[in-house]
Amino acid sequence: MSRLPSSGLVDRSRRLNFRFDGKSYHGFSGDTLASALLANQVRLVGRSFKYHRPRGILSAGPEEPNALVELRSGSRREPNTRATVAELYDGLDAASQNRWPSLALDALSLNGLVAPFLGAGFYYKTFMWPATFWESVYEPAIRRAAGLGRAATSADPDHYEKAFAFCDVLVIGAGPAGLMAALAAGRAGARVILADEDFLAGGRLNSEAVTVGGEPGHVFAAQAMAELASLPNVRIMTRTTVFGVYDDEYGAVERVSDHLPTPAPFQPRQRLWKIAARRAILCAGATERPIVFGGNDRPGVMLAGSSRSYANRYGVATGKSVACFTNNDSAWSSAFEMKAAGVNVTTLIDIRREVAPALAARAKALGIAVLTDTQVTGTSGQPIGGALTGLSLRTGGRSDRLAADTLAMSGGWSPSLHLTCHHGGKPVWNEGLAAFVPGRTPPGLSVAGAARGTYGLGDILAEGARQGTDAASALGFAAALPDLPATEDTPAGIAAFWHVQGSKGPAFVDQQNDVTAKDLGIAYKEGFRAVELMKRYTTLGMATDQGRTSNVNGLAIMAELTGASIMETGTTIFRPPYTPVSLGVLGGHHRAKDFRPTRLTPTHQWAASLGAVFVETGPWLRAQYFPKAGETDWLTTVNREVKAVRASVGLIDVSTFGKIDLQGPDVGAFLDRVYINTFSTLAVGKARYGVMLREDGLVMDDGTTARLAPEHYVMTTTTANAAKVFQHLEFCLQVLWPELDVTLASVSEQWAQIAIAGPRSRDVLARVVDAGVDVSNEGLPFMGAIERTVMGGVKARLFRLSFSGELGYEIAVPARQGEALARALMAAGEEFGITPYGIEALGVMRIEKGHVSGNELSGQTSAGDLGFGKMASTKKDYIGRVMAARPGIADPERLSFVGFKPVDPGQRLRAGAHFLTIGAPADMAHDQGYMTSVAHSPHLGHWIGLGLLKNGPARIGERVRAYDPVRGGDFEVEVCAPAFIDPNGERLRG
Amino acid sequence: MRIPCPYCGARDASEFAYLGDATLTRPDPAAPDAADAFHAYVYLRDNPAGAHSEWWYHAGGCRRWVKVARDTTTHAIAGAELAEGAR
Repeated sequence: MSRLPSSGLVDRSRRLNFRFDGKSYHGFSGDTLASALLANQVRLVGRSFKYHRPRGILSAGPEEPNALVELRSGSRREPNTRATVAELYDGLDAASQNRWPSLALDALSLNGLVAPFLGAGFYYKTFMWPATFWESVYEPAIRRAAGLGRAATSADPDHYEKAFAFCDVLVIGAGPAGLMAALAAGRAGARVILADEDFLAGGRLNSEAVTVGGEPGHVFAAQAMAELASLPNVRIMTRTTVFGVYDDEYGAVERVSDHLPTPAPFQPRQRLWKIAARRAILCAGATERPIVFGGNDRPGVMLAGSSRSYANRYGVATGKSVACFTNNDSAWSSAFEMKAAGVNVTTLIDIRREVAPALAARAKALGIAVLTDTQVTGTSGQPIGGALTGLSLRTGGRSDRLAADTLAMSGGWSPSLHLTCHHGGKPVWNEGLAAFVPGRTPPGLSVAGAARGTYGLGDILAEGARQGTDAASALGFAAALPDLPATEDTPAGIAAFWHVQGSKGPAFVDQQNDVTAKDLGIAYKEGFRAVELMKRYTTLGMATDQGRTSNVNGLAIMAELTGASIMETGTTIFRPPYTPVSLGVLGGHHRAKDFRPTRLTPTHQWAASLGAVFVETGPWLRAQYFPKAGETDWLTTVNREVKAVRASVGLIDVSTFGKIDLQGPDVGAFLDRVYINTFSTLAVGKARYGVMLREDGLVMDDGTTARLAPEHYVMTTTTANAAKVFQHLEFCLQVLWPELDVTLASVSEQWAQIAIAGPRSRDVLARVVDAGVDVSNEGLPFMGAIERTVMGGVKARLFRLSFSGELGYEIAVPARQGEALARALMAAGEEFGITPYGIEALGVMRIEKGHVSGNELSGQTSAGDLGFGKMASTKKDYIGRVMAARPGIADPERLSFVGFKPVDPGQRLRAGAHFLTIGAPADMAHDQGYMTSVAHSPHLGHWIGLGLLKNGPARIGERVRAYDPVRGGDFEVEVCAPAFIDPNGERLRG
Repeated sequence: MRIPCPYCGARDASEFAYLGDATLTRPDPAAPDAADAFHAYVYLRDNPAGAHSEWWYHAGGCRRWVKVARDTTTHAIAGAELAEGAR
């Protein structure tokens, strides 16, 4: 164990057992997987992406490029999880990635020996041809060899949620700046959300041995959090990463249950937040940079601040013999604090000739050797696993060696300004800080603390307090600047330095993508010098860490090569998300059956009890057909249902049609403007079929509209267009003709509607209406629409309509009475053998009757094409009238609606078959139209079809070729009128 | 994106359906040049980079058509008003 005797914020009374690569270990509550592995002296945690080099833990935070593990197992297996942010729990099970057969002995590490050939652009240059080899040979081989973790292969058993939150001030990050900002805004009464990705708020205050307001930093943080928790207007969200700035909203992921073996009952695994904030303050801190030198990727080489964090926060010594290598003062603080915590820090190696005398004196007092003007030029390691054992040093012209099992390095700090780029802001290079600082920020977002390049702790606290106060004041709250707690100076001097020239071995810039300084040299030589090209050619800065620790070093090295400044070289900007977001949480509950809502008809349970087979039609689940015992295929059932209707009576739920209630003195005039035909003259108690166009002159929808009272109409729309038509009518009323006094209401959900059809349908209807209701041919003539009562006082609308071509009625009752109505009709029709039928039979009968439906209302057909030309009124204007008169739409050569029957009655017609003149070649130049709907007609005993044919109505009696190369159909059909039964409509009117 | 519905207050854009250019006026169908005017009304659209006036329908809310002044380059919304006939 390398747990220090006393330091750290972990709870040593709560021991947690965990497994890594099958071996058991233990850690403490408050550990991350990374800190627990280090405490158990596990240094080798993964193999690199391309060369399979052994890698250890580089960092202690979300920037980690190396320590990616598969967390959990089975259907909860989660690849590429950063061990540095995975909170330890009892029973945690993790495995290393990208190694075979084992982590210590990896067969593909031989890739490292051929590394000279695997450099930048290797894939582009090598796997070029033949193209078919990509899928079959190259890609599978590359994927096997170069990869990250394995995703789970079965469905995720956990739930994910989405939620909205609202606040005046969103504070992103609960480090010293964020805590002060939240306190300032929260005390002023503003609604504050404080979000922090860590499970322990405090940021650097937990990792550094600093004093704030007379208390250790972590105590100050805990006290600030306690005060914030006591304020009712402040909401604290730990384990929550704000990953993106969108328009007026911030995206965040709350890891509700990631720190538990499985989520608690009824709790989601993660929750996606959309946070609407009037102001936001980004207090995301800064990320330490590595230094690029040969062998800098060995397990044991890590970031200095992270090494300090393991000592101070987790009570873990990262090694038995620790050296530091740096160009800046912060690593000196790291060394001093580690030493004070009991870590054996032997040597401070600084590239600078001079350091502040106070630092040198402190090093001397602590017994740490100091080597200035010195660079690390190489590393040596263990033969198996590669862990660090020693360093090669160069001081001036002199070479030296130093034994060390840990090298804590620091090349300076990069502000975590990612979110400032999400509205297109570009970071700006600050020469003095040797870092990019935020440029233009998204509206309402300001930046405080290290994320802005402010590194001194006192300055950070003051900046957070000031910005919290300013944000609250700007929103009208009386905010007072909080008293600033006293703290010590944290030195931050730096001399820009990126790359040890002439070092031995591959010098990694991007450890996650195995990009070396040499690769950048290749990119430079081959002309990929612009940052965007360099990134894509070398893959620098890609994958899960998006170059957190590598981008700036890469840019600086390219700038050295080109001789340009870093500002001139430019930087790639950051896009959301800040850290990887799981697809599960983006999907939320919208998956599988819950991808979208399922709408059930009012008679669904009744239909299910009769054994109906259901089919999705848009969001609806409708009865498709009702198989009886012994019926083995759908066609047998459908034929029986159709015959039963035509011979006697059947019923079907048609509640899915859109129903729109229109009231007001101007409804008639309004309908005249939206339908091609006239409705203002419709008599009360009657219904009329109507066709409405889009303004471009093509058909939008059709349906019947009834007039129930002088100023009260009810419209039906097709199922599919219900919402679209309603929206269109609202547009017409609110935008086009606000002078019309009409009120609309969608009543689709309020009314259940059941159609009964067949010669005995009147007899059935007569038995469900209340006494005194006359449903005779005189009392309720064809296209009649009356309001009466049924089933003993249930209010009902009775329409005499027919979609099937038979005598038919539609009965609408309040939706909750729908099932009772279905049962009442079944009982009333029992002696006539009433037959429930589904939408297949409905479709067969409408094709037999020649009614258009969704297949014909395709958005490409005009009223004339569908045979409704004569319906269009010439006495009024209506939506689409002017454009419908365009020559192209009025052209008789257009595809027009007709019927088709096979010349050989044994042939099965297919929707989608194209028509050709007999003898013409089968190509698009000779295309004459296509079949839209087909059905097997039990009435005729053969297949029939509806379709669109050039100049169709003039060609009735002609034979054309129905050509279907996809399914192999090619035979002659005869063009006929689109009404295969009762063309004169005698059955409807009887 | 949040749209300040004059009826409901600021609401998430996912509650709204988008139509487009709100500066267009339906031409007089009786005018002699109605065919050309309707062609322009139905098909011709500017695609401004910057200030744009556009119709949004609050389908998931009050069902009002709202005329929104939005900058197409920043998504900043300068204002929103109900259509004249919205009640």
